[in-house]
Amino acid sequence: MNYSASEMMTVAAARVLTNEDVCFVGIGLPSAACNLARLTHAPRITLIYESGTLATRPDVLPLSIGDGELCATALTTVAVPEIFRYWLQGGRITVGFLGGAQIDRFGNLNTTVIGKYTNPKVRLPGAGGAPEIASSCGQVYIVMRHGLRSFVKELDFLTSLGHGRTGTERHSLGIKTKGPALLVTDLCIMAPDSSTHEFVVVSLHPGVTRDQVSANTGWDLKFAETVTETPAPDSGELEILRDLNARTERAHGRVSVEA
Amino acid sequence: MTEFLSLQQAVSKYVHDGDSIALEGFTHLIPFAAGHEIIRQGRHDLTLMRMTPDILYDQMIGMGLVRKLVFSWGGNPGVGSLHRLREAIEKGWPRSLEIDEHSHAGMANAYEAGASGLPCAIFRGYLGTDLSKVNPNIKFIACPFTGEQLTCIPSLRPDVAIIHAQKADREGNVLIEGIIGVQKEAVLAARRAIVTVEEVVENFGPRSANAVILPYWTVSAIAAVPGGAHPSYAYGYYARDNAFYIAWDAIARDHATFQSWMKQNVLDARPEDFAARPPRHVAEVAQ
Repeated sequence: MNYSASEMMTVAAARVLTNEDVCFVGIGLPSAACNLARLTHAPRITLIYESGTLATRPDVLPLSIGDGELCATALTTVAVPEIFRYWLQGGRITVGFLGGAQIDRFGNLNTTVIGKYTNPKVRLPGAGGAPEIASSCGQVYIVMRHGLRSFVKELDFLTSLGHGRTGTERHSLGIKTKGPALLVTDLCIMAPDSSTHEFVVVSLHPGVTRDQVSANTGWDLKFAETVTETPAPDSGELEILRDLNARTERAHGRVSVEA
Repeated sequence: MTEFLSLQQAVSKYVHDGDSIALEGFTHLIPFAAGHEIIRQGRHDLTLMRMTPDILYDQMIGMGLVRKLVFSWGGNPGVGSLHRLREAIEKGWPRSLEIDEHSHAGMANAYEAGASGLPCAIFRGYLGTDLSKVNPNIKFIACPFTGEQLTCIPSLRPDVAIIHAQKADREGNVLIEGIIGVQKEAVLAARRAIVTVEEVVENFGPRSANAVILPYWTVSAIAAVPGGAHPSYAYGYYARDNAFYIAWDAIARDHATFQSWMKQNVLDARPEDFAARPPRHVAEVAQ
């Protein structure tokens, strides 16, 4: 069965989630991956959105973080201060799923500005829930499309802490959670080196070369000692993902997860 | 103590030039009709607070009413940029905009601290980020018991909070259901509060013992404005108009298109026009 690089990315991100995970979900690619996991191998996964919807099971992917669909299919819906204080800060979330406009080799994310903060070239939406998701979830998975504009040597602005600008900052700041543990792109899967915390390629998607990934990465990219090939999406995964996207498109009047 | 007013009267009486205003509602129940009335009445030099400025603040900023914005995520959810907000920050059009930027956790904690009568919020946040370097309102303190470094930001205490809710009863108590966001905190943090509602009912009838209700004596004025959250939504009444959120991108991108849309749909419109705006009733969406 043919598939796109984008479908490979969503499927690869979905596969790492388990029934035991309590997952704080960002909108867009993370939401697609988390719901695909729920509809395939992890039906008991708990999905939490920052709008306060606990254990939600949307039939279509929400366009916004607070669509009525999320509330209508949730176990319960709590106030936004409660979701951030009791559930996120209180340490109840095992996995935070994030994306961003820029990422660096240590998994730090920028969603604030391109250029200078005081006089930005491009003003991006900003932090949202990400800084505290990055510091308070047990671990963080990141899903982002590969490219030189997004995989950069130096972030213009550090919105959400990964392993810090030198890879050591979580420890020096006294943060106990694990931080970014996995980075899934449309080309490969990366994981932090256990001593330097720098993201290295651990798996290439079928048909993708090392040179291709390096050419799309803004820093001197390293590869793990053993690099595997990501298993291609199977027909079951693709069918469920495509059904989900089609339902979503019908509900919103266009495809939203590709935005 | 609350009073039932028209939306025009409520805004005229309780919203002043130079006020700090929180028009809250986390994606859900955003008080669009009230924001439009503020635009029509020409209030200016406002400080606006909202976790997600959304299309409503894009409109108010684009119309030049806003001096300062306190916010934590300024995009069009699932669509992209808020072009009026972006141009105000990037190019100072139609006027320069001062910003006090936070994370969602920061804003939520700051509203809660405001409702609690505290001068500041204490939580675990912004660690290792650049936001704490560019915003002087983000400070760190040591826990006096454990020594842990904690984050401290000023509480949010708007002059006026404005929210939209499903129902008020005849006494003026307000019932909010669905995604309840920070509406309760915003109202209790504010000096004055205006609530627009889908309908006024004799009484709320059977409900959960833990229903979210603001007692009448916490609200300054109530105005019935059916459809008043469109293109946001009112759970149980109508769905979010996602097609409009997508369409807004093209409307807001261009000055002339934006201004003509605002003239036709805001300046030359009335609160009563909202009743016909939600495109789909919730019953149809459920099919």
